[in-house]
Amino acid sequence: MLEHYLSLLIKSIFIENMALAFFLGMCTFLAVSKKVETALGLGVSVTAVQVLTVPVNNLLYQHVLKEGALAWAGLPEVDLSFLGFISYIGVIAAIVQILEMTLDKYVPSLYNALGIFLPLITVNCAIMAGSLFMVERDYDFGESVVYGFGSGFGWALAIVVMAGVREKLKYSDVPDGLKGIGITSITAGLMAMAFMCFSGIQL
Amino acid sequence: MKPLRSLLDKLHPLFVHGGKLEKFYALYEMADTFLFTPGETTKGGTQVRDAMDLKRMMITVVIALQPVLIWTAYNTGYQANKVIADLALTTPEGWRAGLINYLGIGFNPNSIFACIVHGLLYFLPIFLVVQIVGGFWEGLFASVRGHEINEGFLVTGMLFPLILPPTMPLWQVALGISFGVVMGKEVFGGTGKNFLNPALAGRAFLFFAYPASISGDSVWVAVDGYSGATALSLAASKGMAGVEQTMTWMDAFIGRIPGSMGETSALACLIGAAILIATGVGSWRIMLSVLLGALVTSTVLYAIGSSTNPMFSLTPGWHIVLGGFAFGLVFMATDPVSAAMTEKGQWVYGALIGFMVILVRVINPAFPEGMMLAILFGNVCAPLIDYYVVKANILRRKARNV
Repeated sequence: MLEHYLSLLIKSIFIENMALAFFLGMCTFLAVSKKVETALGLGVSVTAVQVLTVPVNNLLYQHVLKEGALAWAGLPEVDLSFLGFISYIGVIAAIVQILEMTLDKYVPSLYNALGIFLPLITVNCAIMAGSLFMVERDYDFGESVVYGFGSGFGWALAIVVMAGVREKLKYSDVPDGLKGIGITSITAGLMAMAFMCFSGIQL
Repeated sequence: MKPLRSLLDKLHPLFVHGGKLEKFYALYEMADTFLFTPGETTKGGTQVRDAMDLKRMMITVVIALQPVLIWTAYNTGYQANKVIADLALTTPEGWRAGLINYLGIGFNPNSIFACIVHGLLYFLPIFLVVQIVGGFWEGLFASVRGHEINEGFLVTGMLFPLILPPTMPLWQVALGISFGVVMGKEVFGGTGKNFLNPALAGRAFLFFAYPASISGDSVWVAVDGYSGATALSLAASKGMAGVEQTMTWMDAFIGRIPGSMGETSALACLIGAAILIATGVGSWRIMLSVLLGALVTSTVLYAIGSSTNPMFSLTPGWHIVLGGFAFGLVFMATDPVSAAMTEKGQWVYGALIGFMVILVRVINPAFPEGMMLAILFGNVCAPLIDYYVVKANILRRKARNV
């Protein structure tokens, strides 16, 4: 059992890295990776949100939305899965809001550093994708906790490494037309190529 | 040398700002500083005097590559001639065979000369394509963007053909070096400003774009239709026993095995390593830590063992002589631009590469050869490693000076 969780963890961090294998959450990935400190902060908050939302959505899916999930309420034929998207988004928005208030109260420096990007986690597609992959692969509760942590941590790892590379690239002499988002996209592509060493690992 | 100097001086006004050939200043500058020591002096207060500039450094790497190049020419031909002799092929096809027959050299695997000629006929076209196409991009960017052409490309253009199989189609070679030079280096502003090793970026691009011509069993020996597996893919399918049936450890160490052209000989790489370390060009910290990382990881995996994956049975001693490990360790991982810059960081960076290469080889069935991807992964992580080493230093000094 432990082995199963471990391989799921490794798979979600490296092999199916949200940012570098699926290219999800690119908006924040490209915009907030200028400094390692900020990237680390954002990575930690994405991981935190992911660890909370995936299991909560899992409970929602397994006990309310899935076909036949409402059997405990005496309604075995009901299939509410068409409500999936809106429910998951609602859960994510609520949890991000709570996280934002907590950070504002207890870690104001991080709150200020993250600025507008914290509310933007709500619409970060890596977060939504975490929940949707969980549904698609029909994870149970334990798996969804591991998967939530792994996918969030993998994304955080990718953005911190990216920020490290970008701090080095500050000294580069990029052609005018490529400055900014252009060279960042190329960098992300080259990084994804390096991360290909994990693709194909069977666990 | 005198007439040469006065010729260059006479041409100089043509190339400076306002001259007729202003756009080609980079080419003039390249020829000038390649032949003569640059005459510029610093004008500010700081004076750094060191004969070891970028050009001399890169030339040292090229010198260190000579044993590998010689072995490449010999072994590529030897592998092909051996197969021709084994299969008793009387009429090998193609223009190379035609030329060899015309010159009457023959395909005797025991004749060193015949092997070298046959090998060069495979290596030189690839080498020339790399130099011409890569040099074209380098010159174009240098002219348009107004920076100098420097010997960074000489090394990239030397390394790139060495990590390709002999049967690589030439148009793919051209595409690969274009990707490596333009995307891996020039879009970031040229040598010293990139974050990946350009030669490896080009090879990785080819590896994922045209896997049929750079992986599998049929590309490593330069004879049409002959399928000769590399040692690592043998190990992946049959384990330790399968490798030992076809070669001895000494064969692998000297490099009489099929593989990418320049990667087979650990001995030639060792000579190169000695030159790089003695001149201080290559970092011994990186070489040592890659080696240690790989030895520790492979020992652990060997001890764990596996009943389903034959790759686990390969001993550490074999791991370090097979595939691109030695070549990557000496010439690729130590690339001063893409490696970690801080001393402590270099230990971490090297160990990471050593760990990754064995991990990819052993547990990733898709890529039995892991050195290229492991080094690229190390390149990507290197800036972050440096960042934290520097930060730790700052914190330590702050604490000391309170």
